[in-house]
Amino acid sequence: MKKKSLLIVSITALILAAGCSSKTEEKEVLNVLNYDIYIDKTLISEYEEENNVTIKYDTYSTPEEMYIKAKAGASDYDLIISSEYMIERMISEGMVNKLNFDNIPNYQFIDEEFKNQPYDPNNEYAVPYFWGTLGILYNKTTVDASSDSWSMLWNEKYSQRIIMMDSQRDAFAAALKLLGYSLNTVDEKELDEAKELLIQQRPLVMAYITDGAPDIMINEEADMALVWSGEAVSAMSENENLDFVIPKEGSNIWIDAMFIPSTTKNQPLAEEFINFLCSKEATLRNIDEVWYSTVHTEAIKEVDEELLNNSAFNIPSEDINKMEMFRDPKEFIDLYTSRWTEIMAE
Amino acid sequence: MKDRTKYFAYPYLVWIVIFIVFPSFLVLLYSLTTDSGGLTNINFTMSNFIKFFNHLYMNILWDSIFLAAICTIICLLLGYPAAYIISKSNLSRRNTLLFLCILPMWMNMLLRTYAWMTILGNNGILNNLFEFLGFPKINMLYTRGATVMGMVYNFLPFMILPIFTALSKMDTGLIEAADDLGATKYIVFRKIILPLSMPGVISGIIMVFMPAVSTFIIPQLLGGNKSMMIGNLVEKMFILNGDWNFGSAISIIMMIIILISMSIMNKFDVDKEGGARLW
Repeated sequence: MKKKSLLIVSITALILAAGCSSKTEEKEVLNVLNYDIYIDKTLISEYEEENNVTIKYDTYSTPEEMYIKAKAGASDYDLIISSEYMIERMISEGMVNKLNFDNIPNYQFIDEEFKNQPYDPNNEYAVPYFWGTLGILYNKTTVDASSDSWSMLWNEKYSQRIIMMDSQRDAFAAALKLLGYSLNTVDEKELDEAKELLIQQRPLVMAYITDGAPDIMINEEADMALVWSGEAVSAMSENENLDFVIPKEGSNIWIDAMFIPSTTKNQPLAEEFINFLCSKEATLRNIDEVWYSTVHTEAIKEVDEELLNNSAFNIPSEDINKMEMFRDPKEFIDLYTSRWTEIMAE
Repeated sequence: MKDRTKYFAYPYLVWIVIFIVFPSFLVLLYSLTTDSGGLTNINFTMSNFIKFFNHLYMNILWDSIFLAAICTIICLLLGYPAAYIISKSNLSRRNTLLFLCILPMWMNMLLRTYAWMTILGNNGILNNLFEFLGFPKINMLYTRGATVMGMVYNFLPFMILPIFTALSKMDTGLIEAADDLGATKYIVFRKIILPLSMPGVISGIIMVFMPAVSTFIIPQLLGGNKSMMIGNLVEKMFILNGDWNFGSAISIIMMIIILISMSIMNKFDVDKEGGARLW
């Protein structure tokens, strides 16, 4: 008898608890997928409080990983922030919804330079978030950067002191540019040459890393690293010996943008959140967190003088002119992945 | 009254079906099909397995087995004496030693591995110590040695514990009898202690080799992604290349290899009754 009553009590307690929790679940939910360390997280909690919504925030480390996450459908994302070439691929595969720009009035603050780009030529699907480039972060005290060339990464003098990026498009970009080819090439011969170059480089490489390179450089564990510009800005702010070079052969210019995948269940809310992230205040706070170059015409006016003088943040236009944007290689992506596997397995 | 205790096993049965049998079946299905479009159009093929047998992937496979074997041997050489000492010490001391052996496992494995990065780094604790003592710095982090080091550190308790169990369950009467009959310490160890502890040794070898051969986070963090192991290849196929079919095929091949090595190990097993084996 006692046991039975205990059972009844615990079941009622469970039902009550479930009832309570489902009450809080009635809040609107927004599933966001973003790069790691790519937002000021207090913005999320503030937005949740002010608008009485729940934001489920999830992260990934490479665009390829994002694509698999979005496609596998373990979670129905409402808003994704990612790189232009992967957005291009997802648009072509019908995985992206068109935006209703009436809900995103702050779109007017996005610099015209970053609109009408090839991944979204008619500005229908995506709102630019940040932009940046690829370059070499190096230690001024040990490295001679006067060559201003990608060949620095192949200099035997720095054997075992070079950090490469564990990201196939970016690693190939450095090799292809050094060879004078387009970083979007689908020519097998050019890709084979780049592959050989990257295999040659292997004995010189200390490690292949995606996110940890700035920390290693700040601690002066290595002499140089292939990094994205924002990583360089944050590392340079912590260690005065570090500097950033965008090699003369040209580099990659990338735009990360916000878009709404077709899995969304709450497009208007996602658009409101995009609008919130495009506000000047949110952009300024994000700049302080991620250090990448901004697409916001108003926010740039209020950025610190010091940051404006940093060529990794305020990238000189003569460098930009030599830069190339990644395009979606479509079915040719296998040419890259198979070679990258070969390089890494060598 | 009928014995109803068996019903208590049912929740676990359901658990097995949902989380072990069904996913394994899915992995097998993926490995035998091509990515052609949903459940309505399944194309069976062996191409995923055939693809694995080229020198590129075979090199990765042998390398993983080699590194895991080295790790297992080091664990055995370190773990057996440790287990022996623990089993011979008095009760309170034994508990303390066992506690110290398990203590690191309370911490997240990722955290422990990150800790090794600050120990082995060029400006890390060890190199600073070397510099202080007047020795040249050594490049330790991001080498194969660092990978093996990390594996040994993480998996050593899995070697010590089963050997300890086997040693502590041993009938001390046998050792006393051998002593009485005039056997030297070496003979006692070789003829009695070692054979009787073999079940523990075999459990230990299996429990270290299995996670070691399929690890992917340790070569990534401590090896700097330079020597790719089979676990990294599987991760790459799933997360980066999106080739779940090939990734599943590699996983199946790994399962077969582990099954084979387990059955070989069982051949050496002296204690057919089960004894101190964990399985």
